[in-house]
Amino acid sequence: MTSMSKPFIDKHLPKNKLGLSVRNYEGVMSTLCAGCGHDSVTAALVQAFWELDLAPESAAKVSGIGCSSKTTAYFMGQSHGINCVHGRMPSVATGANAANGDLNYIGISGDGDSLSIGFGQFAHSIRRNLNMLYILENNGVYGLTKGQFSAAADYGSKSKKGIENDQMPIDPCVQALTLGAGFVARAFSGDKTQLVPLIKAGLKHKGFALIDVISPCVTFNDHAGSTKSYAHTYKYYHPLVHTDFVAHADEVTGAYDQDGAMRVTMQDGGELFLRKTESDYDPRDRAQAIETLLMNKTEGEIRTGLLYLNSDLPDMQAANKLPKTPLNQVPYESLTPGKAALAKLQARYR
Amino acid sequence: MKPTDTRDPDYYHKVVDCQWACPAHTPVPEYIRLIAQGEFTEAYLVNRRSNVFPGILGRVCDRPCEPACRRGRVEEEPVAICRLKRVAADHRDEVKHLVPQKPASTNGKKIALIGAGPASLTVANDLAPLGYECTIFEAHHRPGGLMIANIPSFRLPEEVLDEEIGYILDQGVELKTGHRIESLQALSESGYDAVFIGSGAPKGKDLRIEGRDEADANIHIGIDWLESVAFEHVDKIGKEVLIIGVGNTAMDCCRTSLRLGADDVKVMARKPRQFFKASPWELEDAEDENVDILVNHSPKRFVVENGKLTGMEFELMEYQLDEDGRITDTKIAGTKIIPCTDVILAIGQENAFPWIERDIGIEFDKWGVPIVDETTFESTRKGIFFGGDSAFGPKNIIWAVEHGHQAAISIHKHCEGSALDSRLPRGVNLQSAKMGVNEWMYSNSYTGEHRRQMPLAELKARLSNRKMEVETGYTAEQIATEVQRCLNCDVQTVFEAPLCKECDACMDICPVDCLSIVPVAEEAELRQSLRVPANNKDQDLFVSEPLKDTGRVMIKDENLCLHCGLCAERCPTAAWDMQDADIFIPHVDDETRKVAAE
Ligand SMILES: Cc1cc2nc3c(=O)[nH]c(=O)nc-3n(C[C@H](O)[C@H](O)[C@H](O)COP(=O)(O)OP(=O)(O)OC[C@H]3O[C@@H](n4cnc5c(N)ncnc54)[C@H](O)[C@@H]3O)c2cc1C
Ligand SMILES: Cc1ncc(C[n+]2csc(CCOP(=O)(O)OP(=O)(O)O)c2C)c(N)n1
Ligand code: SF4
Ligand code: SF4
Ligand code: SF4
Ligand SMILES: [Mg+2]
Repeated sequence: MTSMSKPFIDKHLPKNKLGLSVRNYEGVMSTLCAGCGHDSVTAALVQAFWELDLAPESAAKVSGIGCSSKTTAYFMGQSHGINCVHGRMPSVATGANAANGDLNYIGISGDGDSLSIGFGQFAHSIRRNLNMLYILENNGVYGLTKGQFSAAADYGSKSKKGIENDQMPIDPCVQALTLGAGFVARAFSGDKTQLVPLIKAGLKHKGFALIDVISPCVTFNDHAGSTKSYAHTYKYYHPLVHTDFVAHADEVTGAYDQDGAMRVTMQDGGELFLRKTESDYDPRDRAQAIETLLMNKTEGEIRTGLLYLNSDLPDMQAANKLPKTPLNQVPYESLTPGKAALAKLQARYR
Repeated sequence: MKPTDTRDPDYYHKVVDCQWACPAHTPVPEYIRLIAQGEFTEAYLVNRRSNVFPGILGRVCDRPCEPACRRGRVEEEPVAICRLKRVAADHRDEVKHLVPQKPASTNGKKIALIGAGPASLTVANDLAPLGYECTIFEAHHRPGGLMIANIPSFRLPEEVLDEEIGYILDQGVELKTGHRIESLQALSESGYDAVFIGSGAPKGKDLRIEGRDEADANIHIGIDWLESVAFEHVDKIGKEVLIIGVGNTAMDCCRTSLRLGADDVKVMARKPRQFFKASPWELEDAEDENVDILVNHSPKRFVVENGKLTGMEFELMEYQLDEDGRITDTKIAGTKIIPCTDVILAIGQENAFPWIERDIGIEFDKWGVPIVDETTFESTRKGIFFGGDSAFGPKNIIWAVEHGHQAAISIHKHCEGSALDSRLPRGVNLQSAKMGVNEWMYSNSYTGEHRRQMPLAELKARLSNRKMEVETGYTAEQIATEVQRCLNCDVQTVFEAPLCKECDACMDICPVDCLSIVPVAEEAELRQSLRVPANNKDQDLFVSEPLKDTGRVMIKDENLCLHCGLCAERCPTAAWDMQDADIFIPHVDDETRKVAAE
């Protein structure tokens, strides 16, 4: 953390369609350790929201407990958010989403928050296809409680004190794929050229969008022997697909179509261009995605990018035929129709 | 682009925009910090070492530092660098015993200095404490050159001048006033080891148009007229005065006229406002005193009735401008007579050396300006040096001071018999400003406060007293705010590439987005590949050595850096550090110390 917050100066910066600079999308000063990957993810979120010309107050930020979960305070300071009980963010996000489907739900969680205490909640929010961007800031440890291995720690990875992890890791992307998620991506806090477009695409995906972001814990898991350190991640970093998101049809230029890029029109507007960086990877092939993540892990490659995309699945709102109007816009009389209406309803169950 | 060689002393020096722009390279942020700590005397002495006349320059310096100041790019206006210099001068304690003193004995070398303007005074200031016997010859009865003869007292009080010139004369400098040198040949034959010519550019330009001779009694040459006012040969002027020209001299002439009884003063400019030579603050000051500035009036003739000036006829000009604001076409749209009682000509100054024989080895160019070496200030004759306005035409006080410093080094080398161009190089000395976790030797916080406005004496009172100083100086509250506006550009961001783990923390926290980690490329491409394109080409890019994990490079665009130290606070490995850069600017005493050390 720094001694003061960042002075507000934006006369040198471009403005987006709302007349705002990227600085208008920031939040309060971060209290994380200097160099924590999570701060970089925060910066990527700020950049993506600004680039999409979304009003900062249109974000709804939900998170659990952990250093990662704290970061909702550091972006879109003009919007609402909630820090839930450890691992329970998905339930709260489900309720909020049911009440108001108009907001851009951003869930921030950690590998501890999602893969241990919150594992069940994580799984069911995917099954429900909750319309949200779910960012799992994955550092292989419980940072906030001083660096215990998390369920994402790789087998054989060494703790700061040199102790080896002897349990198999949970891969959140594999889990999401098996649970039927329509948008599964992996990224690295150190590469915003990949992370920012993925966040934009995830925000525009109608349904559950998971981005598992390798986000090193500079204090407890950035040493030699760790498989979630900056140096290790840079060394084995291996993007499979490059994603470009273009929000406005008029901005689509030839540059996106090059090398036979795959073009996908998103339900919420905008175009996605997926460019292969390696021979035969097709992000629409679920079996291939699972196989790629589980098998052939030669030399420990960390495979990143938009691993799987299926934008045709109905989200929770559609599947359950929830009313389109947010509850806070429904007139009071319709929301609470009174005693007589209640009695009538109860009579149906007698 | 190649990695930046930060050992080149000019790299970090350029980052201190104000110091780089100051001809004498005054360490501005250093003195501003001293003022912030209430160390006015120290702040004065730091100034004095570089610019010799802090009290004078704190009032009337041309301030090339201010348009250069980084703060002006970050928000609207630069730090009031000049006003703060005055703060140091106004609030200092007695410094008589702290400035260089008269040496116990001299070294027997005799130096003649012609003219007692800032150039000669600086040479004497630098050489006398080293034992040189300096004699200044001054035609006027008082020292100071144009500072006393032309710059009006309402901008520069005489006491301030006398005090600061006094410090120099007290070092054992001999001053011969009322002593005009009529022959350089004669002087150079009278046993001096070196001669310094600091005689200024003393000739005001005339305007030879119809009616000039008939109206002579009411037409004044600006610099001569100001001198007559300063030396009290003239104490009034007519009611309606026209000033021809719109440079700094014109501004002093119009404001002086108001103080000598004129009540309708017009400054007549031939071109539109963007072409004016006067500094913006001088224009403001004049307009604040209700002087009218009329554009696009070109003088045609003096109107004379019954042998007396009654007005002036002007051609009304129309200009066609291109996109870059350059004049492409000129048209005369008509003429107009403007009545007046007096006209003051302020259309420029020239050098004049009637007292320098043309056959003694000093060469002049076709405009009558001497040929002078730009580094050594030596003329084409060995042992004869020029500096100040006499060297390259009219400039300003701070340039005269810098010329003086450089000429002093040359004179010393000349007397020692060493090569004039083997001068000490500039240097830079870096020292970490870190005092603890997120604790620095300087105040790194940023204030959004805007520039403080100088309080002025009441209009009526100041117009009725030619000597009343208009600017009354900053109040304590104004000082406290203004010092915090300085960004401490001399506390440098110093980068150690091998330590960087490419976590992006510094890039994300930088309030002005000046850091980027990118693949290396040629400069033009690199400037466009950054987080925010680096379009201010006057400002350098710092390029690191390749980073260990990806081979990319850390780039810093120096343009808007606030020197807030947030990158260094955020860096987990201290790859960024804030380091105080002491820029070494050699003076003649450093040259002698070097000799002693050898
Ligand atoms: C009206 C006016 C206003 C100005 N305002 C400013 C300002 O606000 N800020 C600023 O920085 N600059 C200002 N300047 C410019 C500045 O005053 C000069 O650039 C500076 O004084 C030059 O210094 P100098 O030492 O070269 O010569 P000068 O100051 O011109 O001094 C030369 C001296 O040499 C003497 N001299 C000349 N010939 C002989 C001789 N043969 N024998 C003996 N003595 C001789 C002269 O009498 C004079 O005293 C102004 C100039 C004018 C005309
Ligand atoms: C119910 C409950 N159990 C345990 C904890 C203690 N606890 C706080 S944060 C945390 C783990 C956080 O790990 P992760 O989600 O990976 O976040 P990180 O700090 O690594 O970003 C735990 C176990 C708690 N706050 N609440
Ligand atoms: S402990 Fe680790 S995860 Fe938590 S803020 Fe520090 S570096 Fe980030
Ligand atoms: S901000 Fe301060 S140090 Fe920087 S250029 Fe301006 S006066 Fe100089
Ligand atoms: S904060 Fe330090 S380690 Fe991180 S990118 Fe910047 S210089 Fe490198
Ligand atoms: Mg964690």
